[in-house]
Amino acid sequence: MHPLAELHELREGLRSGAFSSVELTHYYLRRIAEVNDKLNAFIHVDAEGALSQAAAADADRNTESGPLHGIPIAHKDIFCTAGLPTTCASRMLENFIAPYDATVVTHLKHSRVVLLGKTNMDEFAMGSSNENSHFGPVANPWDHSRVPGGSSGGSAAAVAAALTPAATGTDTGGSVRQPAAFCGITGFKPTYGRVSRYGMIAFASSLDQAGTLTRSVADAALLFAHMAGFDPRDSTSASQAEPWLDALRSAPPGACPKLRIGLPREYFAQLEDHTRIDALSAGLRAAGHELREVSLPHTDAAVAAYYVIAGAEASTNLSRYDGVRYGHRCDDPVDLEDLFRRSRSEGFGAEVKRRILTGTYALSVGYYDAYYLKAQKIRRLISADFSAAFEGVDVLLTPTAPGVAFAQNTLADPVAMYNQDIFTVPTSLAGLPALSVPIGLQDGLPVGAQLIAPAFAEDRLLALGLQLQQQTDWHQQIAEDVA
Amino acid sequence: MTDSEDSIDITHLARLARLDVQDAALQDVQGELRNIIRMVDLMAAIDTTGVEPMSHPLAQAARLRSDEVTESVEREQFQAVAPETAEGYYLVPRVVE
Repeated sequence: MHPLAELHELREGLRSGAFSSVELTHYYLRRIAEVNDKLNAFIHVDAEGALSQAAAADADRNTESGPLHGIPIAHKDIFCTAGLPTTCASRMLENFIAPYDATVVTHLKHSRVVLLGKTNMDEFAMGSSNENSHFGPVANPWDHSRVPGGSSGGSAAAVAAALTPAATGTDTGGSVRQPAAFCGITGFKPTYGRVSRYGMIAFASSLDQAGTLTRSVADAALLFAHMAGFDPRDSTSASQAEPWLDALRSAPPGACPKLRIGLPREYFAQLEDHTRIDALSAGLRAAGHELREVSLPHTDAAVAAYYVIAGAEASTNLSRYDGVRYGHRCDDPVDLEDLFRRSRSEGFGAEVKRRILTGTYALSVGYYDAYYLKAQKIRRLISADFSAAFEGVDVLLTPTAPGVAFAQNTLADPVAMYNQDIFTVPTSLAGLPALSVPIGLQDGLPVGAQLIAPAFAEDRLLALGLQLQQQTDWHQQIAEDVA
Repeated sequence: MTDSEDSIDITHLARLARLDVQDAALQDVQGELRNIIRMVDLMAAIDTTGVEPMSHPLAQAARLRSDEVTESVEREQFQAVAPETAEGYYLVPRVVE
């Protein structure tokens, strides 16, 4: 067993009998025991449950067993898991045990994965550094003084440090893609609606989308194919059938055709260092793709529109935490208002309160038109920018983040932190699929590039990403904790 | 400072959001919120005349389902995570004297 093994290698090892699922699970549990104290990537490790699922997977393995049968994974602690803690990294849900499984969890259970545990994250998925967790910050496996990105920082760090071969994440404004870039792994956010939101704790419902954090694009495609699909329990679940998606459940993405790849000039104008992405562009040209500059003129307004819309939806979604039916309740409330206010003030962390208050402001009488409605109109313009660009190109290529992983405790100003999301929020507002792939190191730290496709054209992204990883070894570079 | 920044009444917003107005941290939030609002005020520079607001990325109509019972209420299981219950009810401080 090698810590950098990809899912298809683990599958082959299990199929051939080179190792059992119990042995594989012990291997990752041992790595978690050795490394997690330094990283804080897991909030909850379910060793007993994982070994029992692994033993069951070994016992009923046969020639029909699927590709994920007996393979350990981890879920971001935003997915409800029946019988296990689901905290969303909040004091509010510190003692919450979900009475049901999220659809993503159910699908992967049917595929017979082994659940190692739940990964750390920014509280309620609000953050770009994983410093906003009630359970403490997560360290970047490449440099422990730096952030892993967020909000799926625990999942990204766990995969980068080989504490799990793959993990789920969620992406509202970049929360899968940016931590993947900071940790040197592959992060995939499918089209909005492609993966069910049922049982995924809501932050901003018109933006939230489940995704994957993996060692490679081939792994992302496999895990994604086993998570996706129409779900009648999610009112915004996409319903179209896709033959290619069914095929991905057992086979890697197909060969990549020659593509027209657009480079949005507004993104590159804001990038600190172009070295890595220029190397990638040269490689793509050499592979026969045509690269050309395009324009997405409303990019600069995206962060503002995003923080208004996400804040407004968050303030609405988080109104459910009232200390009555589940979650934190304050001691000795004198009346109902006191119960609501103190339970919420004690249960939520600083960033969550900031977002709730931003959203409350944007939705309040007198400001609705100037903020919420205005943001929705800008969202339309941003979406139209993408549609216009896709008339001339098949895929867009951008940096994933403005720079490499930053040091912990350096972005204390919320607005400076929000501006980190400049390259990922436009795609979220438009609901488009995007893939972040590692493209080498800058000053010893990973850099990521983002590929964006039109809605429901994930197959194009995955084929291009796979081709890239067949021609380069950037995705096989190793973090400090693995070396 | 624009009118909107000037108008941030943190006590009023905290009340609307059912957050504790006595929370000492709210004083820091007032300044941070002012910076956040200054950032989002950049939106005013974008011409959105005649643009239809977009509330959702998928251009699909709300889906309806047939009116059939699909779920059952597992009261005991749901209330197992509640802070305080009695005889199947959720308990809250007295509302009517």
